[in-house]
Amino acid sequence: MELRARIPSGPLAEKWDRHRFEMKLVNPANKRRYKILVVGSGLAGASAAASLAELGYQVSCFCFQDSPRRAHSIAAQGGINAAKNYQNDGDSIWRLFYDTIKGGDFRAREANVYRLAQISVDIIDQCVAQGVPFAREYSGYLANRSFGGAQVSRTFYARGQTGQQLLLGAYQALCKEIARGNVLMYPRTEMLDLIIIDGRCRGMVTRNLVTGEVVAHIADAVVLATGGYGNVFYLSTNARGSNVTATFRAWKRGAAFGNPCFTQIHPTCIPVSGEYQSKLTLMSESLRNDGRVWVPRKSGDARPPHEIPEGERDYYLERKYPSFGNLSPRDIASRAAKEVCDEGRGVGPGGRGVYLDFGDAIARLGRQTIEERYGNLFEMYQRITDEDPYRAPMRIYPAVHYTMGGLWVDYDLMSTIPGLHVLGEANFSDHGANRLGASALMQGLADGYFIIPVTIGDYLATAKLDKVNADHPEVRGALEGVAQKTKRLLTVAGSRTVDSFHRELGTLMWEKCGMARTATGLREALQRIPEIRAEFWENVTVPGSHAELNQALEKANRVADFLEFGELMCRDALHREESCGGHFREEHQTGDGEAKRDDESFAYVAAWEYAGEGAEPRLHREPLAFENVQLAQRSYK
Amino acid sequence: MHLKLRVWRQAAPQAKGRFVSYDAPELSPDMSFLEMLDVVNERLIEKGELPIAFDHDCREGICGSCGLMINGVAHGPMRGTATCQLHLRSFRDGQEIVIEPWRAKAFPVVRDLVVDRSGLDRIIAAGGYISARTGGVPDANAVLVPKDDADSAMDAAACIGCGACVAACPNASASLFTAAKIAHLGLMPQGQPERSKRVLRMVSQMDMETFGNCTNIGECQEACPKLISIDVIARMNRDFLRASLFGREERAGSSGEI
Repeated sequence: MELRARIPSGPLAEKWDRHRFEMKLVNPANKRRYKILVVGSGLAGASAAASLAELGYQVSCFCFQDSPRRAHSIAAQGGINAAKNYQNDGDSIWRLFYDTIKGGDFRAREANVYRLAQISVDIIDQCVAQGVPFAREYSGYLANRSFGGAQVSRTFYARGQTGQQLLLGAYQALCKEIARGNVLMYPRTEMLDLIIIDGRCRGMVTRNLVTGEVVAHIADAVVLATGGYGNVFYLSTNARGSNVTATFRAWKRGAAFGNPCFTQIHPTCIPVSGEYQSKLTLMSESLRNDGRVWVPRKSGDARPPHEIPEGERDYYLERKYPSFGNLSPRDIASRAAKEVCDEGRGVGPGGRGVYLDFGDAIARLGRQTIEERYGNLFEMYQRITDEDPYRAPMRIYPAVHYTMGGLWVDYDLMSTIPGLHVLGEANFSDHGANRLGASALMQGLADGYFIIPVTIGDYLATAKLDKVNADHPEVRGALEGVAQKTKRLLTVAGSRTVDSFHRELGTLMWEKCGMARTATGLREALQRIPEIRAEFWENVTVPGSHAELNQALEKANRVADFLEFGELMCRDALHREESCGGHFREEHQTGDGEAKRDDESFAYVAAWEYAGEGAEPRLHREPLAFENVQLAQRSYK
Repeated sequence: MHLKLRVWRQAAPQAKGRFVSYDAPELSPDMSFLEMLDVVNERLIEKGELPIAFDHDCREGICGSCGLMINGVAHGPMRGTATCQLHLRSFRDGQEIVIEPWRAKAFPVVRDLVVDRSGLDRIIAAGGYISARTGGVPDANAVLVPKDDADSAMDAAACIGCGACVAACPNASASLFTAAKIAHLGLMPQGQPERSKRVLRMVSQMDMETFGNCTNIGECQEACPKLISIDVIARMNRDFLRASLFGREERAGSSGEI
């Protein structure tokens, strides 16, 4: 396998323009001859499907939910970054680029990140034109706020529902194209395998989740926009349905997986309350603009928060990182929370929580202002915990939120399988080892609205694509493989539920491959995961049949993949003998407990190649060249 | 905590459904309603029985996947709450709870508590958008939007498309859903050029989907997890009347694009 990043030559700021000029175009009249399959209907998928259809391609779009509007992008709360510099506070494309590269702890490609910062401004224009009701000033101009990890106000937002509003914008654009007959929409449909012919991705196999029908779709290119794999941890802020199946099965067909161990733990989530817990709820990072994070100074201090006097509180983020304070980036804030809880200073049941306190902000700004800013978040908190955050501080704890790793893609967002493109959280490309707040929405929409519509044309115009028949042996083979796997899951007929395996895997991953990792722990996980997997295939029980709506079967399919994928994550985490961003190896830290990178040995993307059943995956390295920024220790002090 | 459930079970769209009773002991009041169903399902699977099918995904009240009739009330007893945000502390120990799918002609049952809500997507596809093709749009601050309009638009745009309004309405009308989108886009300056066409097409699609008519009962706004006000329906009716009288487009699905 050869990793060709295909980064255009020339100065950083000119690369994308130059590349767009150099790419081959597909004649407008010829576009309708090409068929493109888009898997996923979140920000990246819906914006790609709509934009490709507008250009004239034949597009089919697939999602496992009952409607494309329900993709998990909808749950993003805080906002979307753009280098508009509407606030005149010193922002620029260069600064957004620099913040993102630095925030990612120098483990992303300069060229990709710069392009992302350039495109960010177009995204806001596009969304406003679609009628997205962004927050406004009284003047009618767009409002901005600052967000974790940035010292400028460049985040655009629609209350606490920015993801929802951006997704509905993309969904509506998609619906417009569906109504015009340019997009065929397949809801409640899951991709289960790719079809590779002559080394190119020429289609895929899907299962209709209502009827169980398994069919092959032949096409000229496939676009995966299927999100991240945070649910490998069982408990995460992801939607319950979010899964790794599409990207993992693409991996098994030859697409390299980039940096699978780079996962983001979000600092402000509602703590776990019991065994039955099915998911964790994020409280938007924007809360840290006005909320102050603290724990008692003394360990084991069980007094209620209002009885702990000011002098006996430790505002540890403000103390440790005076210049960023409560707005420190996610990885830093999460680790700091874990640290104080490990010291026995955590609050709430089980001591796994820290306070996020709005007392000062309410005194300074009044309850009404706080209500305007965060009303829906406060309500959400109260609903879940039965506590009133206007009176007592919130209790928060870190939780798995986002995965920076994903399928490896070149500058054109194409994987190592020609014809297979990967967008949004599903690819590895822009966030390095840690993603900054309000950057996921930006990347999803940049990929879908503005990058893939251009780069896929270059692929289609230059690739020689012969007609593929439905009875091609590869097509039949893929169909058969899916049918067999389904049958196998249904015939184990053991005694343990799918969820019980998922929980067991998740607990193990959280302990060994979560916020802090050690070689010993990772080796233990690498030994344990195959054991859990073996038991799964001997003892899982999946009731019902394949030819019906069978949610247990859907889950079983996804968990089977997580049980293999977890191993790849641990392997990647074990091999990366450094700490960077969300990947914190306890063996590699500075004297004051900060992540210690090793740029000499690890300034590369780890791209893993599937080597066959039971064989160790092969590691390929894409060196990262930093020509425009200087590698520095990330300091938020 | 201990609950007694009566759950609607139906194997397939054409199959005959019926209520099945389940005893649900050892629950915690801090569980969400869907977590309670998870627990019940785990126990069913362990006994080799088919779990209860229900739609759900984000479990934080924003994706709009979940939606159950709980003791005859869409999304259950708490106002402004989707089913996934409801906790067992809203119920009494020992209480009997009847759980049904959304009931509406336009929402056929797929299985158990899962219904087909694709009619709502088709209403949006009929005109619930602003035709701004990717690229070629002005700077975001080129058109100013008065804050009050943006706020009102956001109030309407908060709709999660769960269908509770339809399920709660005695006529199974989708007016609140349709009107919320019309209000959102109609309040924005960018939405003006297509305003007449939009309302005519969306209303006509709503009728074609066999949703009922609005008779101003107001159950929809009570059931709405996002508390969208029926004021948007009044607005839709005004827009509809104006478009019918003065709009350029002919009425009732004449475009052939639906």
